[in-house]
Amino acid sequence: MSAFLAVIGRELRLAVRAGGEALTLVLFFVMVGVIVPFAIGPDRPQLMRLSTGIVWIAAFLSMLLGLDRLFRADDEDGSLLLFTTSALPLEAIVAAKLIAHWLVTALPLLLATPILALLLSMTMEQWTKTLLALLCGTPALTGFGAIGAAVTVGLRRGGLIAPVLILPLAIPVMIFGVGSADPLAGNGATLFLIALSLVVAVFAPFAAALALRSASE
Amino acid sequence: MSVTPDTKPALKPLKQPNWFSRLAHPGQFLVWSRYLIWPLAIISAVLFAVGLWFSFFNSPDDYQMGDMVRVMYVHVPNAWLSQFVYALMAASALGTLVWRHPLADVANKAAAPLGAVFTALALYTGALWGRPTWGTFWEWDGRMTSTLVLLLIYLGIIALWRAFDDQLKAGRIIAIVTLVGALNIPVIKFSVDWWNTLHQPASVFTASGPRMPMSLLTPLLIMTLAFTALFGLLQVVRMRTEILRRRADSLSRQAALQGGGA
Repeated sequence: MSAFLAVIGRELRLAVRAGGEALTLVLFFVMVGVIVPFAIGPDRPQLMRLSTGIVWIAAFLSMLLGLDRLFRADDEDGSLLLFTTSALPLEAIVAAKLIAHWLVTALPLLLATPILALLLSMTMEQWTKTLLALLCGTPALTGFGAIGAAVTVGLRRGGLIAPVLILPLAIPVMIFGVGSADPLAGNGATLFLIALSLVVAVFAPFAAALALRSASE
Repeated sequence: MSVTPDTKPALKPLKQPNWFSRLAHPGQFLVWSRYLIWPLAIISAVLFAVGLWFSFFNSPDDYQMGDMVRVMYVHVPNAWLSQFVYALMAASALGTLVWRHPLADVANKAAAPLGAVFTALALYTGALWGRPTWGTFWEWDGRMTSTLVLLLIYLGIIALWRAFDDQLKAGRIIAIVTLVGALNIPVIKFSVDWWNTLHQPASVFTASGPRMPMSLLTPLLIMTLAFTALFGLLQVVRMRTEILRRRADSLSRQAALQGGGA
């Protein structure tokens, strides 16, 4: 367990000390939200109607942007090789990295949603529902992203391919995520979203670890 | 006592591998698959001839759609193949991951573009059919949407195949992606259906499909068989091409090594 926590701690320290990538991601997230009114016009009722979808699209894009770094840096400096031979199983290490990655890439987005809520004139109820949905849905996004990142880690041009692979697979997250803010949909969507996140969180470390092993053999 | 060479223990004969393992040998595959090409070509040509004759001349017009019903004879086989090919790819992904079957990743690579084309054709013929009968090329209907997502998954897998230099490593990794996709397709289907009923309660489709008279079913079945035979033919040819391409690659690599060493 201490090794597990050590991996999480290492990832968090790396994220905080090197590069400030998390902040850039938040900036991107907000910028996507800022750009949409320029495209569809500043009509407040219309923005309010579309706001949940816009926030989800912004979250999708930012998380896709961030996932390329998940294993690439470790592959480049050789720590991935160390991970594959360490006492802790690779699956556990991947799970630890996923938790850290979620904390670094998804949590800041959740904290930044009030800005978008103001800009897109969301109601209080819309914002809380969207926040809850993002909280329930982003673990699934991180899990899918991990599979995509692990599969493309050996590729020099992997940065573009991972999102293309992951987006169609992550469509259910988008559907239930936006749906859970829909007053017509009721509770079902949120429950489906949680189920999806739990299932993906269980399977993703195994699939990603398998891909990492295949890539390094 | 002198030891004659004969008394040395003879090398144990290698155990003959079973038929499944022999099937896996790419060289063996090249030998026996050669005899599949012509029969498959002839079978699919005959099936297409009979099926097209049936679907153009020997099947009635629909009482509502008129002649347009004939689009069904190319649409439904393509839609069936779009899913059948993915199932085949998922099976070959298991073959790659579990048995490291050398032909399995060749099969996956060969099938992906075929599946993508059949899926695209299903969408295309569906659009051509939809325009005169429903008045629109595209509707965000549950079935159409999940077929579109399936096409995107196919295209992603093809892009991944093209991105890898080392095709052997690519095989195992893409097998993982294929299986993740296979597990996810039912979820996508379900979520899209859920989303669709949320947003458009009135749909052009009825829950119970139209019961079909034999006169429409016969050409449909023949055309489905014809398209499936065509897929089998193209798959075998593509697998042979892929094996030969890999062999040519390794030969040129060997030649380069020898040239460099000399």
